[in-house]
Amino acid sequence: MALTATARDVLEGAFMPLWVRGEVSDFKAHRNGHWYFCLRDGDAQIRCVAWSRDRRIPARPDDGMQVAAFGQLSVYPARGEMQFSVTRMEAEGDGLYRKALDITRARLEADGLLDPRRKRALPRYPRRIAVITSRDGAALRDIHAVVQRRCPAVDIVLVPAAVQGDAAPESLCDALDRVARWQKADVLIIGRGGGAREDLWAFNDERVARALASCPMPTISAVGHEIDMSICDLVADVRAPTPSAAAEAAVPVQAELRERLRAFAGLFAGLSADHVARARLDASDAVLRVSDGAVRHVDRRRQNVEAGAGRLNAVSPLATLDRGYAIVRTANGRTVRSVRALRAGQEVELVFRDGAASATIDGAASPASETESSETGGPS
Amino acid sequence: MARLEAIASRLEDEELDLDAALALFEEGVAELRAASAYLAKAETRLKQLTEAADGVFKVTDLRA
Repeated sequence: MALTATARDVLEGAFMPLWVRGEVSDFKAHRNGHWYFCLRDGDAQIRCVAWSRDRRIPARPDDGMQVAAFGQLSVYPARGEMQFSVTRMEAEGDGLYRKALDITRARLEADGLLDPRRKRALPRYPRRIAVITSRDGAALRDIHAVVQRRCPAVDIVLVPAAVQGDAAPESLCDALDRVARWQKADVLIIGRGGGAREDLWAFNDERVARALASCPMPTISAVGHEIDMSICDLVADVRAPTPSAAAEAAVPVQAELRERLRAFAGLFAGLSADHVARARLDASDAVLRVSDGAVRHVDRRRQNVEAGAGRLNAVSPLATLDRGYAIVRTANGRTVRSVRALRAGQEVELVFRDGAASATIDGAASPASETESSETGGPS
Repeated sequence: MARLEAIASRLEDEELDLDAALALFEEGVAELRAASAYLAKAETRLKQLTEAADGVFKVTDLRA
């Protein structure tokens, strides 16, 4: 019938797409994915449809909700009815966005993905950072600038993804999947610079959140907005307010690392390679309890890394031999740890830092405690 | 760096025997050398991960 089709053409020609305000009623989500409902106010109502393919609406509206709907007035020729084809909808007080977030959040929470105990610590010394963002966005430039300034030893590997628009959730999921399979990044930053809420919406997508949660390496979310938390922010191990802040959190300051390294270098410098080799030959099968004697002199209160380097030197077996201690070994090469292992007349070997000497035991005296333990502990 | 810290802390271990201590020392020297070379690097390389149809990953330079 040409009449309804003509009416549709006339109506669509006469009305530009427009916003209509009203209360939602008789909402029905059909199995085919389309939504059917009415918009009404005090004295009028209009039938509405929101086609599943065309609508950009974060969540289903509830009956009774006050909304503003954007769409095209038209006629549905098959039924001869005037209808409003809605593509966008906003509820008062962010109702629909809030509702969509709450639904997603509840589903993730039910699966334990928001549990704070899941949060992993970031690596202290990352070498390679994966960044999922758009190739041309400010986020990548900001992250690059911060890493270059703080720790140029660290490399950045971009895993490009669309960060806004209809394809963004799938594109982000693909990128996350790729990073997970590649496995060669120490930490992941996912995000983008600030934008309108619709532009950031992909980071509230449940599929993206689940892919992020299953990422094998620690993750930082950096969705450039300070006010609202995105779902990705809740799932990531660390939330950064901006991409720059994410980069700050991801890498240490290289100058400080060099400082610490210098402390270690000072320690090892004292030990030439041949010194190590000689000591190794001299005492290759000897066993030395570092606790015996020498280590007691070490100042245990030094806590920082530089002091740790000094401690390393003091407790090393090489340093112990250097300070004049010797290792006593039996003829078969066993280290003598106790006077109880010695008999008068026994041949032993004394290992010094620069060689070994043979000796004979004149006599061996047991400590007093040994006598006591013999009396109480039976025959020895 | 983390390994160096681990070596320092293990050498504190009173139960450590001489062979293990020597091995740790030698490893410490090697780690020190590697870390020094690493920290000498002065430029962050910006790269891009791509995946071929056969699932092989490639990391290529990205012009900023």
